[in-house]
Amino acid sequence: MKLILSILYIVCTFLCKNVLSFALLLLSAVLLLLISRIPPRIVLRSLRALLFVMLFTAVLNLLFTKGETELFAFWRIHVYVEGVYSAVFMLVRIMVLILSTSLFLTYTTTPIALTDAIESLLSPLRVVHLPVHEFAMMMTIALRFIPTLMEETDKIMNAQKARGVDFSSGGLIKRAKALIPILIPLFISAFRRADELAMAMECRCYRGGKGRTKMRVSHLHASDFVALLMMVLFGAAVLYLNRLGLFYTL
Amino acid sequence: MTMNDIYIHAKNLVYAYREEDGLKMPVLHGISLDIKRGEYVAVLGHNGSGKSTFAKLLNMILEPESGELVVAGRDLCSPELTEDDLFALRREVGMVFQNPDNQLVATIVEEDVAFGPENLGVPPAEIRKRVDEALETVGMTAYARHEPHRLSGGQKQRIAIAGVLAMRPSCVILDEATAMLDPVGRREVIETVERLNREAGMTVITITHYMNEAARADRVVVIDDGRILMDGTPREVFSQPEKLMAAGLDVPQCTALVHALSEEGISLKGTPITTEECADLICRALEEKKNGNRNA
Repeated sequence: MKLILSILYIVCTFLCKNVLSFALLLLSAVLLLLISRIPPRIVLRSLRALLFVMLFTAVLNLLFTKGETELFAFWRIHVYVEGVYSAVFMLVRIMVLILSTSLFLTYTTTPIALTDAIESLLSPLRVVHLPVHEFAMMMTIALRFIPTLMEETDKIMNAQKARGVDFSSGGLIKRAKALIPILIPLFISAFRRADELAMAMECRCYRGGKGRTKMRVSHLHASDFVALLMMVLFGAAVLYLNRLGLFYTL
Repeated sequence: MTMNDIYIHAKNLVYAYREEDGLKMPVLHGISLDIKRGEYVAVLGHNGSGKSTFAKLLNMILEPESGELVVAGRDLCSPELTEDDLFALRREVGMVFQNPDNQLVATIVEEDVAFGPENLGVPPAEIRKRVDEALETVGMTAYARHEPHRLSGGQKQRIAIAGVLAMRPSCVILDEATAMLDPVGRREVIETVERLNREAGMTVITITHYMNEAARADRVVVIDDGRILMDGTPREVFSQPEKLMAAGLDVPQCTALVHALSEEGISLKGTPITTEECADLICRALEEKKNGNRNA
């Protein structure tokens, strides 16, 4: 359910077209943040990681949007009012995107709940014989082994360093080549892990999704429907504000 | 001994790995062994002796080449063994492997413990109950919501044991489950399975090459080169250090000490298998010696 909501929210983000709807978007993001009670520091940190991407797109929009009213020109660079607008919009859009996905999914949902959600959302596809359960299982295992494999990479890297492999000098190609002695042992050990894990899973009676139950069964509550309703209203409001066409429209 | 008491019955069990070029690599050359329900058996052997292979035959991860094998009343060599029989067997015979990282499936401890019963199709409320009980038994209730990769090796192995327990097995096989652990983790795991054996009457088979672990079992079976070399109580087995060393194995340090002393002409009575026993024995011998000197 949360997954559907966040997808809807992302769609709304892209629907926004003028100042008013963007203002509404920003307001909603701030509200969501306040409701979720996530410390602002963590949120800011997640934004900072993508600061460069955000600034880059903003600058690109600023420089390459051609409009009618020129703000100022410097040498051969013309900056138009439209450019400023679209840059600001892009910035807000990316910011809200990051905020909302991290809010909805990473900060407030466990990976298990997420894979469960994907499994149940995709379950209609079972009719066309898509291995939905297997797909969800793969995601769970992938999530489980990310930290393990990262630790392993670290260990292999140290082992190779101890043998005199230099990872931190030379050009791009040389550095990429230096990664080969890490990747090969990593792959081999990952395959061995996969083999052992498969055996352990068999020992614990795993035989695919057939006849399997779940410890945690998630039900839809009334509040979920209220949230959906609010999201639909929000989308409608965005569309309506777009149609008003006040101020500047993209 | 009636047939019902025998949990595992193996006779002339033969197994061979198939190499890539189609040749067979014999690993087990006729193992004959009966294990009673509720017994605590340690299987010893050096690397490549076939001890792990034997364990994997017991829950049909591998299929025997020839011979008889009956586990928990199921004939594993019968041609009519169905897939459902296989799963019923694996439910009863739980297995814990060497590498704690490679047997935990889920990203949260309790989800991982729930994995087995989920596969069995147990109703959700019942799974919840079993998971809580299993975690309680291994003393990991406080870690139910933790991520497995943040736990220590011993803790991870206890989670793996809990995962097996949640399937309500009648037997637990530890396939070198302590080999990758530090001494603290090893003790945690051993104490957990010993409690299961004593309190719940569970059959425990531990495959190991740690002598001190084997010394704590009711019975020690030594496998060498695919054959059973010795079979008896720890005391019987460890009183023959030459035979053990010929199989590439050690004896517990204290047993080795007494053996070395006797070679030097100081013979002590009995074969100690724990450090306390050994200390007692030496103290008593010293006492006697002192008294003897005084009398003379």
